[in-house]
Amino acid sequence: MIDVWVDSIIGGLLLGLVYGLAAIGLNLIWGVMKVINLSHGAFMALGMFVIYLLFTAFGIFPYFGLVIVIGLGLVLGMLTYFVALHRVIDAPELSTLLATFSVSLFIIGVGTFVFTTIPYAIDISLGSISFGNITILGTKVATGLISIAFTAILYVFLYKTRLGKAIRAVSMNRVAAELMGVNTTFILALSFGIGIALAMSAGALIATIFPFTILSGGVYELKSFVICVLGGLGSPLGALVGGIVLGMIENVVTLQIPTSYVPVIEFSILVLILLLKPSGLLGGKV
Amino acid sequence: MKKPDISLWWITIAVIVLIVIPVVTKSPILRESVFLILLYMTLALSLNIILGYTGYVSFGHIVYYGIGGYVTFSLIYFYGINLIVAMIIGGLFAAAIAYSLGQAILKLRGAYFAIATIGVNEAVKALVNNLDAIGGAEGLYFNIKVYNAYGGAENAIWLSYYLMSALIIITLIVNWYIKKSKFGLGLMAIREDEDAAIILGVDTRKYKSLAYMLSALFPGIAGGIFFFKNGNIEPENAFHLVKSIEMIFMVMLGGFGTVTGPVLGALVYERIRGLLLINPLFKNLHIAISGVVLLLIVLFMPSGIIGYVREKIAKIRRYIE
Repeated sequence: MIDVWVDSIIGGLLLGLVYGLAAIGLNLIWGVMKVINLSHGAFMALGMFVIYLLFTAFGIFPYFGLVIVIGLGLVLGMLTYFVALHRVIDAPELSTLLATFSVSLFIIGVGTFVFTTIPYAIDISLGSISFGNITILGTKVATGLISIAFTAILYVFLYKTRLGKAIRAVSMNRVAAELMGVNTTFILALSFGIGIALAMSAGALIATIFPFTILSGGVYELKSFVICVLGGLGSPLGALVGGIVLGMIENVVTLQIPTSYVPVIEFSILVLILLLKPSGLLGGKV
Repeated sequence: MKKPDISLWWITIAVIVLIVIPVVTKSPILRESVFLILLYMTLALSLNIILGYTGYVSFGHIVYYGIGGYVTFSLIYFYGINLIVAMIIGGLFAAAIAYSLGQAILKLRGAYFAIATIGVNEAVKALVNNLDAIGGAEGLYFNIKVYNAYGGAENAIWLSYYLMSALIIITLIVNWYIKKSKFGLGLMAIREDEDAAIILGVDTRKYKSLAYMLSALFPGIAGGIFFFKNGNIEPENAFHLVKSIEMIFMVMLGGFGTVTGPVLGALVYERIRGLLLINPLFKNLHIAISGVVLLLIVLFMPSGIIGYVREKIAKIRRYIE
C-alpha cells in the first residue's frame, strides 16, 4: 500500500515540475507586462507539434530539439508582441485579453487545418528506474530534471544578469525604468518572447510523456492559471511550488476520489484563492 | 423613467421585421438561422450590461446560459413542468447564482475578475460532468413524446421561436432603459473609474451585483429555450468556453456599451460565420480567420462598428444608441 503512495508522490512531483515550468512562462508575462496571456495554451500545443515534427521528420532527439523550440519560441513571442500587443499594451485589460486570444485562435485554427484534432504521440523510451515495487519511467524523470534546470537558468538570468535586472525593473515600475535608460519596448518584447519560449518548451516536454492533440494546450493553459493564482501571480518561485501542489493533487488525491472530480477541486481552489488571498500562497513580485 | 425615443423605436422595429420574415415565408431554413441570430443577440446584449456598461470582463459568461439550460431541461425532463414556467425558473435560478457568486467575485477587478469567471465556468462544468443525477458527462435526451404537450415537435419549435423573439425584444428594451437611467449612469461611472465612482456616492457594490444579475437572467432563459428546442443537453455544449468568447466577439464587433452595437454585432457575426462555413476554401480555416478579424478589431477599431460611426458622425448620435 505504501508503495502506491510513494509512487504517486514521486509521479506528482515530476509532473508538477513540468506544470510549474509552463506556469512560469505565464507568470513572467503577467508580472512584467500585466497581460494575461490567453495564447499560452496554443503556444504549448505548438511546442508539442514542433518537437514532434523535429523528431519524426528530421530524427532530432526530443531533448536536443528543445534548443530549437526555445529559439523558435523567443522569435515567435517577440513577433507576436510587436504584431498583436504593442499597440494595446496600455489599453484596458479587455484589449490585451482579446489580442492574445485572437493569436490563440489563429494558431489553433491553422493547427487544426494542418494536423486535424486526432491525437499524436512521441514514441521514445529512456528505460525506467525501479526500486522495490516502484517503477518510474525515464522520460518522466528527464522532464522533471529539465524543468528544474530551466527554472534555475531563468532564475540566474533574472537575478544575476543586467538584462534580467532590466526585466525586473520594468516589472516593478515601467516609467521609472524608462527614465533610467531602459529600452522598455525591447524588454517587454523580450519578456513575452521568454514567456512563450517557456510555454513551448513545457509543451514539448509534456509531449514526450503524454499523447497530445492540437487542442491539448487549452487544458494545460487552465492548469497554468490555477498554478499561477495558487503560487501568486508574478512570482516565478511561487509558480514552481503551485505546479508541484497541482501535480500532487492530480496524482495523490485521485487515490481516494474519482479522477473526474479533479477539475472541480482545481477550479474551486482557483476561485477560492482569488477571493481569500489574491496575492497567492507565496505572494510576491518578480 | 425616460420616454422611449427614436433611437429605441427603429432598432426594435428592425428586430421585429427580422423576426417576422420566417413567420411570413414559413421557411424552416430561414427560421433556424433567424433563431440562431436572435439567440446570439440576446447573449450579446446581456453580456453588454456587465461588459459594455460596467466594464467588467466576464470571460466565462456562458456559465449562466448553461445553468439556465440545465435547470429548465431538468424541470421538464423530471417533472414535466411547462416550458414557459420552467424557463423563467431557469433564468431566475441563473440570476440567483450570479447574485451570490457576484457578492464574492465582483470584489476582484480587471484581469483577476476575468480569470475568476473562467474558473467558475470550468468548475461548474466539471461539477455537472460528475452529477449522474442530471446525466453526468453524457447529458440528458428528451423523449420525442415530451413535445406532444405542445402540439407536436413542429409546433414546439415554433413556440421556441416565438419565445426567443419575445426574449430578445425584452432584453433590447431593458438594455436601452439601463443606458438611459441613473442606474446605467452609475454603471458607466464604475467603468470609467471605480474609485472615483465610490467617492461620488455611487453604491458600487449594489450596482455591480444588480448588473451582474441582470446579465445572467436573460442568458439563463435563452439557454432554457435553446436546449428545449435542441432536445438534448450535455456539459460540453452547455458550458463551452468558446461560446463565451463568441459573446465577447459580438459585443466588440458591434461596439461595446451601445444598444445597437451588440444587435448588429450578433447579426454580422452569424452571417460571417455562415459564409465561412459554407465556403470550401475557408471552411477549415474559419477559426484562424476569426482570430485575424478579432485582432484587427481590437487593434484598429476598439470601439466597434457602431462606436466608430458615432465617433465620426456627430449628427447620428441622437438616433443610434
